[in-house]
Amino acid sequence: MEILLIVLFILMIAGAIYALEAKDLLSAVVSYGIVGFGLVICFLLLQAPDLAIVQIVVETITLIIMIAVVLNTTREEIKDKVPQSMIVYAVLGLIFMFGFIYFFILSLNGLSEFGKHATRMATEYIQGGVKGSGSINLVTGVVLDYRGYDTLGEITILFTAVIGVLTVLRSRGRKKE
Amino acid sequence: MIVFILCVLLFLVGLYGVLIKRNLIKIIIGLAIMEYSVNLFLILVGYRDKGTSPIVTKGLENALFVDPLPQAMVLTAIVIGVATTALLLGIAVMIYKKYGTFNIRKINELKG
Amino acid sequence: MKGMTIIVKKVTQIIAGVIFLYGLYITIQGHLSPGGGFAGGTIIAGSFILLVLAFGNDVLGLVKKEIRSSFIEALGIFLFILTASGAIILSFYLNYDKIFFKNFLTKGVPGEIVSAGFIPLLNIFIGMEVAAALFTLFLAFVIKSEEKEEKKK
Repeated sequence: MEILLIVLFILMIAGAIYALEAKDLLSAVVSYGIVGFGLVICFLLLQAPDLAIVQIVVETITLIIMIAVVLNTTREEIKDKVPQSMIVYAVLGLIFMFGFIYFFILSLNGLSEFGKHATRMATEYIQGGVKGSGSINLVTGVVLDYRGYDTLGEITILFTAVIGVLTVLRSRGRKKE
Repeated sequence: MIVFILCVLLFLVGLYGVLIKRNLIKIIIGLAIMEYSVNLFLILVGYRDKGTSPIVTKGLENALFVDPLPQAMVLTAIVIGVATTALLLGIAVMIYKKYGTFNIRKINELKG
Repeated sequence: MKGMTIIVKKVTQIIAGVIFLYGLYITIQGHLSPGGGFAGGTIIAGSFILLVLAFGNDVLGLVKKEIRSSFIEALGIFLFILTASGAIILSFYLNYDKIFFKNFLTKGVPGEIVSAGFIPLLNIFIGMEVAAALFTLFLAFVIKSEEKEEKKK
């Protein structure tokens, strides 16, 4: 189980690195799909079928939109020389990344080991969830009953993001006459 | 433990894309990769060995379930993620229409 | 946008309806099996996107579709809030507590299709909202590229 996950993660990291380093933007977008579809298999292995259903469709839609954008604008990666000041930024970024991973490994001591998670909040949901919300699927019970405000906020964000896209893409400037 | 560290490495790959790359599309890809890795990390934390998915069917009332709370949180976050990625792509399309390039350095020079 | 070849069109005619029905099934069974409003909504949006990609349409038709889908999106979020505040509205006539997001319908027997109070209703409204939102996003990008091609001609 854990070995399978590790193999999948290494595949996803390789896909992500290729997506960021590819010379052609179309192949970058397609190899970005490796990360998303690898995530679907990870969700299935980690016993989260709800998420797998959502992720597999959402990933397809994202890829369609990204390919539409790349085909309609340009496929070429930038070719000009790396300026000197970029090296400073790169070194600063590397230092930040090492600091990040150092503090992450420090904070891993506070987490329980993989697979030995102690449910604190969720004990209530698992034991009394069916009686409390009436829904057999505990995830739906949590999303719509216990955490209804959260769902309301999330669909409001979705609504606002769609309005933002429509405002950015479909706006027609005032015609000069 | 090594699973968590690999998950954070995926996050760092996305962060590398955001910090170092100069192409707008690559920056957006990096942001999306970061978002995926955070989702994956939350699900990894909630996993329990030999647990089943949190659906209480008949005969499984006392089985060991994985944590339903991170799943519920991530479920909404995925759908929000696609909307925000689409918003970023829309802004990138408009920038390309105005400046004719995805290079953020060129755009910086051309402004004003 | 130009359509695709006749093979794609014929296969799409058969498959798109099945995908749409599957999305409805996932949405309605959200409290019994894996799925729910978010999953079902994305699948329904996928079936519509498949139809547009296979058959194509001119800009005017696409704009008409976009107006309709953004209307359905607004309707979905409105019905969600209305259902969530149902207990407050009904408390003027019946003896309910005035609580936002109170499950004001009877819960029934867990495991049956009509159970869990207003959770199936909220699932359907979220499904409407998510499907319409994703389809509107897709249409906005398609219309943008269509207008660009028309200008070239």
